[in-house]
Amino acid sequence: MPWFIKPKERKRPEREDIWNRCPTCKAHVFKEDWHNNLNVCPRCNYHGKLTAYERIGLTLDSGTFREINETITPSDPLDFVDGKGRYRDKVEQTRAKTGLNESVVTGTGKIDGRPVVVAVMDFRFLGGSLGSGTGEKILLAANHAYDRRMPYIVFSASGGARMHEGILSLMQMAKTCAGVARLDERKVPYISVLTDPTTGGVSASYAMVGDVNIAEPGALIGFAGRRVIENTIKQKLPDNFQTAEYLLEHGFIDCIVDRKKMKITLGRILSFYNR
Amino acid sequence: MNQSSDFEAPIIEIENMIEKLKSISDDKRDEVAGQIAELEERLARQRGEIYANLTPWQTVQVARHKNRPVLSDYIAMIYTDFVELHGDRRIADDRAIMGGFARIGKHDIMLIGHNKGKTVEENIERNFGQARPDGYRKALRLMKLAEKYGLPVVTFIDTSGAFPGLDAEERGQAEAIARNLTEMARLEVPIICVVTGEGGSGGALGIGVGDVILMLSNSVYSVISPEGCASILWRDGAYASQAAEALKLTANSLAEMGVVDEIIPEAGGAAHHNPKQTAAEVKKAVVKHLKRLKGWSPSRLTHRRFEKYSKMGFFTK
Ligand SMILES: [Zn+2]
Repeated sequence: MPWFIKPKERKRPEREDIWNRCPTCKAHVFKEDWHNNLNVCPRCNYHGKLTAYERIGLTLDSGTFREINETITPSDPLDFVDGKGRYRDKVEQTRAKTGLNESVVTGTGKIDGRPVVVAVMDFRFLGGSLGSGTGEKILLAANHAYDRRMPYIVFSASGGARMHEGILSLMQMAKTCAGVARLDERKVPYISVLTDPTTGGVSASYAMVGDVNIAEPGALIGFAGRRVIENTIKQKLPDNFQTAEYLLEHGFIDCIVDRKKMKITLGRILSFYNR
Repeated sequence: MNQSSDFEAPIIEIENMIEKLKSISDDKRDEVAGQIAELEERLARQRGEIYANLTPWQTVQVARHKNRPVLSDYIAMIYTDFVELHGDRRIADDRAIMGGFARIGKHDIMLIGHNKGKTVEENIERNFGQARPDGYRKALRLMKLAEKYGLPVVTFIDTSGAFPGLDAEERGQAEAIARNLTEMARLEVPIICVVTGEGGSGGALGIGVGDVILMLSNSVYSVISPEGCASILWRDGAYASQAAEALKLTANSLAEMGVVDEIIPEAGGAAHHNPKQTAAEVKKAVVKHLKRLKGWSPSRLTHRRFEKYSKMGFFTK
């Protein structure tokens, strides 16, 4: 490689390995400090992404998580091929890379000793997109909560629908909503936690209809993409547009909770459910 | 002049020939009558052939055709005693969705549909059938009213999508659609949905959860527009035709996947060639299902609807 290559492209492996650059304030933070701070920037409080299992570890009482339906995985019902190749190949690569079978991990556990059912999305699996398997797992977890009258908590992290599954992806919006709607019938709590990002078809289904909607600071939450809106209305959008703070201001979420206080907050909310 | 797509050119050509022959002066009419009859036969055959062999992308063109019947046409052709009900009781009356009491045959129903216009003026007033949260909340209000009065709900779906605007996001587009999905899942009266044109993603589904989903044969229903899908997955909107193919958005594909229960044939090959007969077919199908679902108890309806949506999708266990 020539020495005069553009600085942007210059590789600095040692530096990249130990440093993490905050996407918001651009600060360089020791990777170790970043992780110790739960992937939250110590300088600007930007809440970075967590894997599903990291989040489960932070949220549930230790050793209480029991995973359910972990084998459900995409089947490529449309035999979908796009400009970059086959959906099924993409799925296999993603499974190998992440060790996940779908974009959501579901199971049971306890928060402050109270039994709960949880569904935790993982953005690493195809952008947390809503595939048939995702919808099935979220529905089955809701049914588990319904059958046993256990509170249901869903952590969303998703770019929205999964185009590679076409209309079947869209139908998961109706399917998951049918599942959480049934919890009302038995007065079973449903708490939705919206993390960065929760957009498109996921925001327009189960993520937005919790009894309580909680968001992490700065999370991107919205239905239509920023660029699509700008192209439609030919107008500049406010800087805080579609952030957790913007949604709080407009009445669509109940509270913004720091990651460090998420478990305590969930426990406190659940303590008001005494049926 | 009709706006039309390339594949319709042979049809237009024959139509023009017939038009010309018909304009020939009265004294020669007998001579050309035979020719006209022959051309009309050819026209029917040609139409049948063309519309039976459309590619998915061509079907999208037909579903978006500017002469395709819209909600107001269907109201005029197959409904009686329509009483339009306005407003969401929150903030506005979104003209992109229209609804109200109506009769179809002997059945009293609540009609709700996307309200595309036929002229530029109408489309500006109705935002091209792209609803804001106010529209979805109006729709929900009417559904709850239908539940109170024991009226089945019939929805007509024809939108390119929910409106992507600043005000729509500000007032909770996501929440409005999500709320409708949860409420429609457990509404205690029958819901019959008919996709009449474009089934555009969440904007369509927002009034599209029901006991039976019907679809006109040249309608499309998709998670994203072919153009949008192409620009993301092919990084170029020009691949819309490939995307339309890959998305499996035609009535036949949707029926195979169990998303659509029944396909309603379009008279004359495509609805815009014979709106009247197409509307009659729509009426026949809707009435058939209204009869079938009549008398179902709320618990039977909601249980079956839950089962129906529980089965949606394919995955590996
Ligand atoms: Zn930062």
